[in-house]
Amino acid sequence: MSVKIFRAAAGLATVVLSAGAQAAFELNFQTPVSKVGERVYDLHTVILLICFVIFIAVFGTLLYSVFAHRKSKGHVAAQFHENTTVEVLWTIIPFVILVLIAWPATTTLLAMRDTAEPDVTVKVTGYQWEWAYDYLKGEGEGISFLSNLATPHDQIYGTAAKGEHYLREVNNPLVVPVGKKIRILTTANDVIHSWFVPELFVKQDANPGFIRDTWFRAEKEGTFRGQCAELCGKDHGFMPIVVEVVSPEKYSAWVAEQKKKMAGLADDPGKRATEAGEAVAPADIKTARR
Amino acid sequence: MSAVLDTPGHHEHADRPTGITRWLTTTNHKDIGTMYLWFSFTMFIVGGIMALIIRTELFTPGIQVVDPDRFNALTTYHGLIMVFGAIMPAFVGFANWLIPMQIGAPDMAFPRMNNLSFWLLPPAALLLITAQFVPGGGAGVGWTMYPPLTVQAPMAMDLTIFAIHILGMSSIMGSINIITTVFNMRAPGMGMMRIPMFCWTWVITAFLLLAVMPVLAGAVTMTLTDRHFGTSFFNAAGGGDPVLYQHVFWFFGHPEVYIIAIPAFGVISQIIPAFARKPLFGYTSMVYATASIAVLSFLVWAHHMFTVGMPVEAQLYFMYATVLIAVPTGVKVFNWVATAWRGSLSFETPMLFALGFLFLFTIGGFTGLVLAIVPIDVQLHDTYYVVAHFHYVMVAGALFSAFGAIYFWLPKWTGKMYDERLGKLHFWLSFIFFNVAFFVQHFLGLAGMPRRIPDYAPQFAEFNMISSIGAWGFGLAQVLLLYIVVKTIRSGKPAEQRQWDGADGLEWTHLPTPAPYHSFETPPVLK
Repeated sequence: MSVKIFRAAAGLATVVLSAGAQAAFELNFQTPVSKVGERVYDLHTVILLICFVIFIAVFGTLLYSVFAHRKSKGHVAAQFHENTTVEVLWTIIPFVILVLIAWPATTTLLAMRDTAEPDVTVKVTGYQWEWAYDYLKGEGEGISFLSNLATPHDQIYGTAAKGEHYLREVNNPLVVPVGKKIRILTTANDVIHSWFVPELFVKQDANPGFIRDTWFRAEKEGTFRGQCAELCGKDHGFMPIVVEVVSPEKYSAWVAEQKKKMAGLADDPGKRATEAGEAVAPADIKTARR
Repeated sequence: MSAVLDTPGHHEHADRPTGITRWLTTTNHKDIGTMYLWFSFTMFIVGGIMALIIRTELFTPGIQVVDPDRFNALTTYHGLIMVFGAIMPAFVGFANWLIPMQIGAPDMAFPRMNNLSFWLLPPAALLLITAQFVPGGGAGVGWTMYPPLTVQAPMAMDLTIFAIHILGMSSIMGSINIITTVFNMRAPGMGMMRIPMFCWTWVITAFLLLAVMPVLAGAVTMTLTDRHFGTSFFNAAGGGDPVLYQHVFWFFGHPEVYIIAIPAFGVISQIIPAFARKPLFGYTSMVYATASIAVLSFLVWAHHMFTVGMPVEAQLYFMYATVLIAVPTGVKVFNWVATAWRGSLSFETPMLFALGFLFLFTIGGFTGLVLAIVPIDVQLHDTYYVVAHFHYVMVAGALFSAFGAIYFWLPKWTGKMYDERLGKLHFWLSFIFFNVAFFVQHFLGLAGMPRRIPDYAPQFAEFNMISSIGAWGFGLAQVLLLYIVVKTIRSGKPAEQRQWDGADGLEWTHLPTPAPYHSFETPPVLK
């Protein structure tokens, strides 16, 4: 037991000491890479500030009371109760604040839900436990592949050091062009999954038998990582999402390369699963699909 | 079915059976209340151990203690056991002990049904616990039990479904009892607008339970028939819809939040005036605020499912309706603060827990407001932010209120006084470790860590480690509660009839301490 406690303490010390170097201890949303993301980020900041001000006002009052109106200081209780003016005020003022919050919330939501006129449409299908991407429309139409966890078994079970992108790396990332409106259609094959990429501010459940949609327009090139957000069984924690946002030129090159691969596989569509490299997820993590 | 007519008033204490038979056959509200409370504490320990295994697994990245299937089962049964086994029975226990004494009634309206309501709980608990050990292991589906995952789940799912049926029956009978008792058995002169807030909150809660427990039973029964009898309620291939389950479940689930929170509000509305030595600021507005929260709770369920892909109009409606709940909730918080204002405050353990409740529940309320805003919720849904939010509401809210209630009424129940120093220690340990465990989870959720995952990316490592330490501290602090209660029962100093000089319910003003086995056999005379 004491060994365990010591290890825990040592672990904690390591974490605290190395924290500065790792830029961990993130306290807020990921930095958004889309305009809608920025609006959500700002909306959250505003609401948090409003909550903070109300919190200070209410608990400032309570704390003053706790220190000033103590029995131990000989404070005698006033016996007042009920005051219509006060009660009407503290009903109406919060109501007005809520209406003020609801306005930007509504406009942001309407912008978020406007999936019209996309440049590229990709269907995302959740499986237990991997994602399938099918490019349905726009540049890259016809491309189709599976995306699997790329973290080796040894890292998960602690027999190898964990890599930089532990659990958030895949064999085949979703590749999309920067600055283009990407519409994501979600569905699932077995149970409900949810496609979630924090930096893109996108989360959409993938319901089996139904198609739902969402969209994003990344304003910055880069690799953005997320994972399944709806409990989907044993390996729910092991179905990451990686989105690579690249320049339009790079995207065109990627599309050409994929098309070439697809052509090679055209006579055998069943090979889709292994196209563009073997699935490297370890056997006992990626159990057979039901 | 005795052929001899019962002659009321001729039952002496010596007549009642002793030993285990007393507890099996008792129809006494105090005995039943006691059983509810011990049952609740037992389940609290079981659910707590599950939580500690979860937090131990999450102490560092990687899989160390439990495999992913077991992990999912633990999160599922931790939730179910805490909600249905720990929190709800605790407040039914308080209701049993307190409602008859507070309204001047000799017992609950249906004492035998009361006995049955309690004795349904142990078999249900047994089903939930044995579900861990049947072939296939526990059902790792989450306490919300979304299909189609539940249709895949092993036989533990069936045990869970039957447990929920039984728990539902128990809750419905308990609710009928409470409503009937309060409506019909009040002492002469005690109008509905004179009953203590705790009774009011329980009447409202009982109506919520009556309305939604059958809905939950329906949802899990549909799951059962989808699993075994070839129906397709939630299977798109057969013409069903998995999202239908979510609508039905949350039509139960959101009022359920208030079923847990509203009796807690009632307790706080009794404790704060007692230690402020000042009447509740707005009794009438509290009653109306509580009732409006209850009504609104039926109209907001889909805010738990903003990411399923509902029409934008529906999202807007559910967002507006949800933020509206902030108004009556605000009224309650302002009322409590106004009650404390210019009082004569003292800070015994019940008051500490009440103030802790007020402080932390308000944080939970604010994060609730943040989550109600659809664009923000889309980012936070199913992340640790939600986990933090509902633990602020359920643990710092309902559980702290239950702790406050235990310390507040323990002298009346046992006739003995708890150790004030240890009680305060219990509060401070709970308060500090609770925040260590759960405050950091807000940051994890904001950064994008999903809930219900057994392993996580290294970027989440620091806060998870802190959270696990907090959870262990919080869990161990609860052993102290057991010690304090046992110590009080065995060797506490005798308590006074009116242990708290500001407490003014009938249980304090009209009954000796400890409360006699049969109280108010003749109704009290009220001025």
